[in-house]
Amino acid sequence: MLARMTGALRFSPAEIAGFAILAAVVFLVLPLALDTFRLNLAGKYLTYAFVAVGLVLCWGAGGILSLGQGVFFGLGGYCMAMFLKLEASTPAATRIQSTPGIPDFMDWNQLTALPWWWEPFHSLAFSLVAVVAVPVALAWIIGLAMFRRRVGGVYFAIITQSLAAILTILVIGQQGFTGGVNGITDLRTLLGWDIRTDAAKEILYFVNGALLFACLLLARFILKSKLGRVLVAMRDQEDRVRFSGYDVAQFKMFIFCAGAAFAGVGGAMFTLQVGFMSPTLVGIVPSIEMVIFCAVGGRLSILGAVYGTLLVNWAKTTFSESFPELWLLGLGALFIGVVMAFPNGLAGLYADHVEPRIRALLAWLGVRGAMPAPVAGGAAREMAPARSVAGGRQSGRSLQARGGASPEPGP
Amino acid sequence: MFAYSLSELGAILAMQGFAGLILFSVFVLMALGLAIIFGQMGVINMAHGEFMILGAYVTYLMSNLFGGFLPALFGAYFFISTVFAFFASGALGIFVEWALIRHLYRRPLDTLLATWAVSLILQQVYRSVFGAREVGVTIPDWMMGSLPVTDLIEVPINGLCVMALALAVSLGVWLLLFRSTWGRQVRAIKQNRVMAAAVGINTEWTDRLTFGIGCGVAGMAGSAFTMIGSTGPTAGQLYIVDTFLVVVFGGAASLLGTVASALSISQAQSIMEFFLSGSMAKVLTLLLVVTILMLRPQGLFAVRLRK
Amino acid sequence: MPQRKDFRRPSGVSRRSVLAGGAALTSSLFAPGYLRAQDYPTSEVNTTGLAVTDETATVGILHSVTGTMAISETGSVQAEKLAIAQINALGGVLGRQLDYIQEDGASDWPTFAEKARKLLVNDRVPSVMGCWTSASRKAVLPVFEQYNGFLYYPTFYEGLEQSPNVIYMGQEATQQIIAGLDWVARTKGAETYYLLGSDYIWPRTSNKIARKHIENFLGQKVVGEEYYPLGHTQFNSVINKIRLRKPDVIYAIVVGGSNVAFYKQLKAAGIDMTSEDPVLLTISVTEDEIRGIGGENIEGAYACMKYFQSLENENNLAFVDAFKAMWGDDMVIGDVTQAAYLGPWLWKAAVEKAGSFDVDKVRAASPGIELTTAPEGYVRVHENHHLWSKTRVGRARTDGQYDVVFETADLVEPDPFPAGYQ
Repeated sequence: MLARMTGALRFSPAEIAGFAILAAVVFLVLPLALDTFRLNLAGKYLTYAFVAVGLVLCWGAGGILSLGQGVFFGLGGYCMAMFLKLEASTPAATRIQSTPGIPDFMDWNQLTALPWWWEPFHSLAFSLVAVVAVPVALAWIIGLAMFRRRVGGVYFAIITQSLAAILTILVIGQQGFTGGVNGITDLRTLLGWDIRTDAAKEILYFVNGALLFACLLLARFILKSKLGRVLVAMRDQEDRVRFSGYDVAQFKMFIFCAGAAFAGVGGAMFTLQVGFMSPTLVGIVPSIEMVIFCAVGGRLSILGAVYGTLLVNWAKTTFSESFPELWLLGLGALFIGVVMAFPNGLAGLYADHVEPRIRALLAWLGVRGAMPAPVAGGAAREMAPARSVAGGRQSGRSLQARGGASPEPGP
Repeated sequence: MFAYSLSELGAILAMQGFAGLILFSVFVLMALGLAIIFGQMGVINMAHGEFMILGAYVTYLMSNLFGGFLPALFGAYFFISTVFAFFASGALGIFVEWALIRHLYRRPLDTLLATWAVSLILQQVYRSVFGAREVGVTIPDWMMGSLPVTDLIEVPINGLCVMALALAVSLGVWLLLFRSTWGRQVRAIKQNRVMAAAVGINTEWTDRLTFGIGCGVAGMAGSAFTMIGSTGPTAGQLYIVDTFLVVVFGGAASLLGTVASALSISQAQSIMEFFLSGSMAKVLTLLLVVTILMLRPQGLFAVRLRK
Repeated sequence: MPQRKDFRRPSGVSRRSVLAGGAALTSSLFAPGYLRAQDYPTSEVNTTGLAVTDETATVGILHSVTGTMAISETGSVQAEKLAIAQINALGGVLGRQLDYIQEDGASDWPTFAEKARKLLVNDRVPSVMGCWTSASRKAVLPVFEQYNGFLYYPTFYEGLEQSPNVIYMGQEATQQIIAGLDWVARTKGAETYYLLGSDYIWPRTSNKIARKHIENFLGQKVVGEEYYPLGHTQFNSVINKIRLRKPDVIYAIVVGGSNVAFYKQLKAAGIDMTSEDPVLLTISVTEDEIRGIGGENIEGAYACMKYFQSLENENNLAFVDAFKAMWGDDMVIGDVTQAAYLGPWLWKAAVEKAGSFDVDKVRAASPGIELTTAPEGYVRVHENHHLWSKTRVGRARTDGQYDVVFETADLVEPDPFPAGYQ
């Protein structure tokens, strides 16, 4: 057991290189190249990357496409926002209200006391736990109901999408408790530390980056462990796995909860960096956009998902600044291109075109051992089914390919 | 509730029943096209709403055309434009199938992403062509009134029109699917694609036609909705969640299931709307549907298939 | 790259028409003649490093031009650009021509906050004309307070806010609501009301104020209150309820695409607004919205706001002409569009009164600023950063315009935190 664990923990040189390059981008290149304003933007994009990484686990590896990840992102964000809002609503700061000491939007809605379920959010520790626990709990309930009954594929996607719709209507409708369509705004301090200053934003950016790397390492560990292999097997041949004695629903629930936890952390970091949380982050459109980030980066590669998120958001910001009219056309075209031509996204592109060249270059330079020969053509493809990406009818060739003992290079 | 007299309660029942029937017709119109595409082909068409809006824009163009050049026929233009809407959306559907969908039949989840992209592009095209604002579609006067039945009960004529159209479209789809060669082929392909091809069915062309007809029906729905709703570049998005829920709740493969699910969801919603606030009614309806789907994922009417 | 235009030579616009409109507008404001930039050296009028040079001053425009809100916000952008062009044609502000940097909020509140920060931090604009929904304003408010920006906000809204960094040019809820309710109670003999709205803060807060006023001040009765989700398109149930309760007045605050569905279904259900049985009073339908609803579907409804395109005064005639000359004859102008048009003019007046572009000085100079040339008539900035303005009631015509049937005799005082309405 221990040996297997350490096996999953061992990094190949190429994997180390992949993580190191991303670390360099996140912790060195971006902070040095961007001013505080742009860096804060990049930090905001990276919070979506948490969701995208979670989607790689659920969708890429597990074959579960959730169109409701925004729900978990939103719940995490709201938990954080509730804590920050309570801290900002001191009796002194809210003395002009008819009931000082409660959040301003409650006062506008004639609430005269804090609802009981807001009370625990006075505690930072509770709020931090809730950031992860609330999304996970919801994911667990959904998973319990759906996976036990073997709901999958398209049905799961549509039901999760309806959940996003329900939560949005609920949050907007219960504005006395949730801030309604405006969301929870005007967040100021975290335990007395002003999160709106430039210095705070820079620190939060690095905290965010560190958390993202923690999630990435965790995701990598899950994928490389035996669990990850079961997931991929399950995606490609669910019945065979079930007949082999595995409790498929249990695995699906675990991975769905993991994705929800990542999304919750991302949501909390979003709230901290942007300074508010609103139902527009919960709904159907952001949920699908997050799937887009994941698909563009490569649904099979956790590192690719991060790059995909950064790229799409960067394109969105620049495009919408210069050609607001064309932005949707560009996004649509990009997306069709990815689905039609590059189903493995950036990571697939890298594995197919860039990596062989690098290897050839290294071989030409006479460097040996720097990049061991691939087993199945790069980490992205290692998880990929033999012929098509998300189809369910293939033989388990990817599993056989994966059986080799040599370490796989990563992008 | 108890503030009403008995006759008023009777009127409530009648009127709410009728409101529910209108909602039912709206749901049927929305869902039929998707039921064909999703149920028979397994394609998740996220651009369904945009195909509907294309129908609405066609109606808008026709209303301007008739208003400008054939004012004598204005009273009847609506039916003509419904037919045009069918062909316009159908043609676009066939094009989209040819350009995109046919490459993705083996990856159903990817059709979802590709059609989402199509919906983004269509929205922007509408915005560029027709402007970001909603357009006002002029409805012939005779369609806008109401028929007084009693002092309390009045029947809106446009509601009757929507109901009539829903009936006609359902009948048409039923005839096509169960009484035509095309329908037989579609069902054969659904049951066993390889076998169907082996006995000489042109599966490629049948798929294309199926997608086209599904989109065409969406276009007709959009045309009908100009009577009751708004026509703007993003209006299609409003319908997408309801539409999918109706189809999934009915059991995706069954046309009868779609109709039954439209009926139950619409009645539930309109009854709850009367006793609760509109927002809460909506949330409760959605929650109810999702809960039932969790307990019975195959939907109301499931077709057993050998996998 | 942000869109950046220089309006010193308005191209594609008939200069004469813009000038003619501008001249009528500004005859009283600029009696002393053009100010010259050299009389106001940049080092004195700009001590905080704003985007103001010897020749130009650059302001920000921040609205949604994409997404669902683009429908509503387009008019505001057009009005602000018109005002900037006219100000430039008249010599600019403190002798400086106005440039603008336009950013797209994309109907997405985090994007609004992001773009606001960009305008204030990177571009250092001395003022921003922008936002439309309450949600977008709430999202940018902390940014404006943190970086000490100055926002001119055009929309009528729910009140309950008063920021030193915002001038609210639209009416807050009490200004818009109370006069209309008093009018309908007085002239139509109304006694029972049915309140209806889209489900978010503005309709809910407005209806709260309306209910308090109806029950506590008019001593009358609210027989129903109902909210539907944004984008809802099926109103048959509520129409049935209205028919049963038989209110004298339907008080409707439905917004966006729902509006179209609501009025079409209302008409189809046989509730005829031209016969005033019941009277329909709305505060959310401007001429802009009627284009989508269709004039024939809302004919006879009353709307209560501060501006209608059909107002007949010199200022407004010139404004409507100039607007159409710049943006096309088929344009309609609603309440918010007119309010947005005031933004650059109010800012110009405040800057010139302060003799400085610095935000703190402009803020100090703002209360008491008057515009005698506003299309809606005379307006004045209150100490609480809202505008004193008249409230009017208009009746919708088939052609999508309103006939003004009532106008308050005096300016209505803005009261964002109304006592007795909380």
